[in-house]
Amino acid sequence: MMDTSFHEPDSKLAPGVGTTHGLPVAVLLEVTHRCPLQCPYCSNPLNLERPAAELATEDWVRVLHELADLGVLQVHFSGGEPMARRDIVELVAAATDAGLYSNLITSGVNLSRERLAALAEAGLSHVQISFQGSESETADRVGGYRNGHAKKLEAARLTREAGFPLTVNAVMHRQNLHQLPEMIDMAVELGAQRIEVANVQYYGWALRNRAALMPTMEQIETCNRIVAEAEERLRGILMIDYVVPDYYAVRPKTCMGGWGRQFFNISPAGKVLPCHAAETITGLDFDSVRDHSLAWIWDHSPALNRYRGTDWMAEPCKSCEHREEDFGGCRCQAFALAGDAGATDPACSFSPLHDEIFRVAETEAAADDMSFAYRNYLTPVPGE
Amino acid sequence: MTVASERKPLVVRPETVVALPRHVQLKFDKLREMWLLLAPERILTPDDIAVRVLQLCDGTRSVHQVCEALAEIYAAPIDRIEADVIVMVQDLATQGYLQSVETGA
Repeated sequence: MMDTSFHEPDSKLAPGVGTTHGLPVAVLLEVTHRCPLQCPYCSNPLNLERPAAELATEDWVRVLHELADLGVLQVHFSGGEPMARRDIVELVAAATDAGLYSNLITSGVNLSRERLAALAEAGLSHVQISFQGSESETADRVGGYRNGHAKKLEAARLTREAGFPLTVNAVMHRQNLHQLPEMIDMAVELGAQRIEVANVQYYGWALRNRAALMPTMEQIETCNRIVAEAEERLRGILMIDYVVPDYYAVRPKTCMGGWGRQFFNISPAGKVLPCHAAETITGLDFDSVRDHSLAWIWDHSPALNRYRGTDWMAEPCKSCEHREEDFGGCRCQAFALAGDAGATDPACSFSPLHDEIFRVAETEAAADDMSFAYRNYLTPVPGE
Repeated sequence: MTVASERKPLVVRPETVVALPRHVQLKFDKLREMWLLLAPERILTPDDIAVRVLQLCDGTRSVHQVCEALAEIYAAPIDRIEADVIVMVQDLATQGYLQSVETGA
């Protein structure tokens, strides 16, 4: 449904320097690409998976047990909208049965009191609801869903009432960054324990809508200030996790903690991906849980092994002192912006394209084109 | 027993009763042979003493009673333990890994 930044696990869980990968710790399960919302920043691929291609209940149940056996500790049920799967409660129960910590990443628009009670009974640990703004007019236009904001507020209340801890997912971009202070207040009022202030990362639909979403440098500076002030003021009340937009960064993000290093995704059709955007890289063939065991895929999938560790690197990454810290940044962004998944992420100041993408960001933000290509199965996909 | 829901930071005192909230789970991972604290998007590896403290913070004991139990386990005087434990519990509570429980007592 959106960008989910996995945070660095405790260093005792991380594979050592020089190793290509360790035991996986957390997995994002994109159980469907169906979603009632049409957010233009969605990180799902432009070619959304059709419902007929989705894994069946029994496949997911088997996969959940294989994940636990492989060392995975946490699973995030995401999508699309995970509540669009009629068997979601069954899948959460299977995760609990396998001993996994489960998190539901949802739009919230179809979370009823009854379904929340069933999810609690099934052992769900945590609920994360996305918000598109602090008030209906902006939020419903961004989400492309009438009355969505009101439904989300109600879902958040029901979530707390059902005894779940709540994370508010505030997805930020040029068209809603001015509402950030109110969104933080809203999270406090809703009784959330945590807010993710996640600036949009430009993959999939978000890349397509980049011109409508890219913030100005001034907005980012204001955003940094608001987050720093709120962290101080709300210490012990609301945890704030902050994801900055990397087009304006100096160092690239350590995307997914390194390609295939400790995290992975499973697509609706069962493909094991190093991240949710990896299918945008053409020429890589991702293995499916339909054809292989997860244990085999994790160690032997050629696509996962392609950009693991540092052996694949060219200059300037190859001899860079940061190569084991950020692993050259994001492979998908390198492919999208440099045309080569093995290049240095242009978000890095050592990339020859760094100045260019900075200018692109500034130019697009200044042009202030507000129009969205909404994320759905009907919006034409270029090249199809 | 209800979990305090008021929105102000918890100040940990000897009489405070705390427990792990639903979304924070302490578990021994057999594969990695270590204790883990699982929270949303975070996994921590508490040391032996932190594990003891977290296990004792079960929603029935006050912080003082947790310290009494620790004093027995580690054969150390309670007044030397209590100040350190309050700092640790306060830190864990501030980060959301422990929350206060009203005992109704």
